[in-house]
Amino acid sequence: MPDMNDAMWAGTVEITGSGQAALEAYLARPLGDSPRGGVVVIHHMPGYDDSTKEIVRRFAANGYAAVCPNLYSREGAGVSPDDQAAAARAKGGIPDEQLVGDVAAAMAYLNSLDHANGKIGVIGYCSGGRQSFLAATSLQLDAAVDCYGAFVVNETPPESPLQMKSLISKAPDLSCPLLGLFGADDAYPGPEEVAALSAELEKLGKEHEFHSYPDAGHAFFSPDRPSYRPAAAVEGWKKVFDFFGRHLSV
Amino acid sequence: MCTYVTEKIELDGAGKGGSGWFTLSEGAVYVDHPYHACHEHTVNIDFTNPADGPSARVAVELTEESALALIEAIQKALAAAPAGLASGRRHVTSS
Repeated sequence: MPDMNDAMWAGTVEITGSGQAALEAYLARPLGDSPRGGVVVIHHMPGYDDSTKEIVRRFAANGYAAVCPNLYSREGAGVSPDDQAAAARAKGGIPDEQLVGDVAAAMAYLNSLDHANGKIGVIGYCSGGRQSFLAATSLQLDAAVDCYGAFVVNETPPESPLQMKSLISKAPDLSCPLLGLFGADDAYPGPEEVAALSAELEKLGKEHEFHSYPDAGHAFFSPDRPSYRPAAAVEGWKKVFDFFGRHLSV
Repeated sequence: MCTYVTEKIELDGAGKGGSGWFTLSEGAVYVDHPYHACHEHTVNIDFTNPADGPSARVAVELTEESALALIEAIQKALAAAPAGLASGRRHVTSS
């Protein structure tokens, strides 16, 4: 008998983000009526693109309700995601407090859906990896995944117009277990930054699980980019679903 | 890697984007992941006019070699023309 519970709904919805801003968001959820956890997906710095929407659908295919807010929605409706990303970058990126408000709105949205079990995880890629840590130290979450987020420990260089402040002082506020997935050949974050974060969490007694994959650099999960590393990505996805399976079920 | 470093410049000229010609006011140059080019990193240049909205953008993503060749070509072309011929100041004073 084939599994008949794999149908999903996926498409664009609107949520009200930080500062009452109307945010475009991509939702995917199973059609079945089993209780399920929710996942907030934080897109990478290049923006709210097709590969990020595939990630959202992947979570729904695995039984979660997942939503990715377009963090660059404020750059205007009807503007292509790459132009929105360039405009957001030119303005110095997303303010941390705005990100926290947008993730909080996405969490509330997921919990308002039918069959929500009340558990929410967050996962982010690239700049979204740092933002996942930021969300997990600012909001009450059940699980967080940081995929190669830089500037969690280190500051951005002084000449950078994108002023990412170190988040390490917020580590005591980490509200949930953290899974970190990194490329051993990445420079942002480099192995020393990953090690420093791990050591700080260890010192604070914060539950965390870090994996660094050999022969992989930044963005190894991106299947439409030359940085894609199948071995690391396949193994990484296993870790993600194992982690959320343990922390987002009731 | 994302370098997070962006060089911004003021520009005076025009560019042709998705919805036709527009006046340029700014440029941004950064070495980072491309959106479209099939390389891990490229030199990305945005020619923009923020006052006209985010869609007023001409984007190019070049390899390092291409970007350096472009710089050289611009310098050669300028050197071959009388000094100041394409200057914005010249245009203003002569009109």
